[in-house]
Amino acid sequence: MAIDSKVVAQVAHLARLKVDPQDSDALSNRLNDILAMVDQLQQADVDGVAPLAHPLDVTQPLRDDVVTEPNIRDKALEIAPAAEDGCFLVPRVIE
Amino acid sequence: MSWEVVIGLEVHVQLNTASKLFSGSKLSTGAEPNTQASLVDLGLPGTLPVVNREAVRKAALFGLAINADICRHSVFERKNYFYPDLPKGYQTTQLAEPIVGAGVVEIQLESGEKKNVRIHHAHLEEDAGKSLHEDFHGMTGIDLNRAGTPLIEVVSEPDMANAEEAVTFARKLHAIVTSIGICDGDMSQGNMRFDVNISVRKPGEPLGTRTETKNLNSFRFMEKAIALEVERQIDVLEDGGEIVQETRLYNGDTHTARSMRSKEDANDYRYFPCPDLLPVAITDADIEELKAAMPELPDSRKARFINDYQLSEYDADLLSGSIATAAFFEAAAKAGGDAKLAANWVMGELAAKLNAEEKDIAGSPVSAEQLGQLIARLKDGTISSKIAKQVFEACWAGEGNPDDIIEAKGLKQMSDTGELEKIVDDIIANNAAQVDDYRNSDDAKKKKKIGFFVGQAMKATQGKANPQQLNKLLQEKLQ
Repeated sequence: MAIDSKVVAQVAHLARLKVDPQDSDALSNRLNDILAMVDQLQQADVDGVAPLAHPLDVTQPLRDDVVTEPNIRDKALEIAPAAEDGCFLVPRVIE
Repeated sequence: MSWEVVIGLEVHVQLNTASKLFSGSKLSTGAEPNTQASLVDLGLPGTLPVVNREAVRKAALFGLAINADICRHSVFERKNYFYPDLPKGYQTTQLAEPIVGAGVVEIQLESGEKKNVRIHHAHLEEDAGKSLHEDFHGMTGIDLNRAGTPLIEVVSEPDMANAEEAVTFARKLHAIVTSIGICDGDMSQGNMRFDVNISVRKPGEPLGTRTETKNLNSFRFMEKAIALEVERQIDVLEDGGEIVQETRLYNGDTHTARSMRSKEDANDYRYFPCPDLLPVAITDADIEELKAAMPELPDSRKARFINDYQLSEYDADLLSGSIATAAFFEAAAKAGGDAKLAANWVMGELAAKLNAEEKDIAGSPVSAEQLGQLIARLKDGTISSKIAKQVFEACWAGEGNPDDIIEAKGLKQMSDTGELEKIVDDIIANNAAQVDDYRNSDDAKKKKKIGFFVGQAMKATQGKANPQQLNKLLQEKLQ
């Protein structure tokens, strides 16, 4: 997959990054270099090899279903830029 | 030529664990905002999730209840998007290796026809928090109590052809998850949320473009929303237009729907396996243990009701559909000693009253034991069915147990023939014209006209006359 300035703009939008349009070409070149390097992996013979979700050959330890966490609202709201009536405040997200 | 409707459902089922999916925060509704949000739920740096064993167990139990394959190594993935009520910037969910694989749910339609709805898969995931847009003077308030609540998302194949099938499937799913005790099933609290995918096509043609109507939180709204969307799509197509793939939001109060977002700005979620979580293993031994602990499923409960209580298929279906209703019915039948009467009362008087007052059967003012007592008095002839309704109302209003109410109000049926005979004699003596009219009528008309005398006698006895005895007496005396 080749990355052009359109893809750069789209990925930047998804990641909420502000990319200066004049950096776009340089960025897409560098991203293409990275993809070319990773593309070497396509040459590996993976016939009969199951996809790997995690590099460690162990499974997830589970915890018992008990409540262990106290109410930390006051501390949490203290570090928020804005709070009111027990809620975090953010700029309005619907029209 | 008519249109063919194709419907698939995505159902979010909230698991009723004590704590959250990835943290030890308390899980309950109605708490003050953000009082049940821990460091993990707040998505603070340096925190790590630890999976709740009970959530995994409940998800697997659901899989077994729908005869699905259980994934032995299910994998959590990150679904990335930005929204203020998702503090981590991703939802931890499953994609490639969901815990529950393909399964099937059998539904029975009103016509009696049975149909299989295939389940594509069901996966475990966490819920997001809540965004509150009112009362914050142009800002949005964020409450993260719900963040991290364990859900299973059940994804059906597009196997339903109309609103009735979709709603029947939804109800069946509700019956299954409440029967196996993995979900409280309170739709008004969002315990189950339905997203409906709808498309239409001419028979034999490939699938049409579908739309998704989101967040339907009652069966009634689901039925109405489907009808509305089907009609809209057919109108658009018949006017030569095209269906746009989009998400629509239904408003039950106004019975309208609007487009929420179209495919143009659809999110690209960039899923990848969550590096913080290892695959979740489920062993053969776990599965055997779950199978052994499987509670009674709606289908076998229904079969048992038909067998043990001689209920009709229709009655058995209605009574076994919800575990709360089933338990209430069984307790009332046991206490009253008559299953058929118990079935009629639970589906009739009780259901109507609960409905009218928007109450849940679990919160019924008349307990199953009280209804059973009422049924016992009806069965042994102490009260007539008309009086029984009066006793039921009094019991509903909190005036005590049926026996006490019958005693206190003197509602015992008048079965003493002598007493009743005197009343009948009086009525005949005082209504000579009606008596003549009756005697000069043919048999068919007599049947109708006897109603007048029954009415008079019931009035005179305040409804306490034994109807069978009264009828017999009147027929004899009016000869």
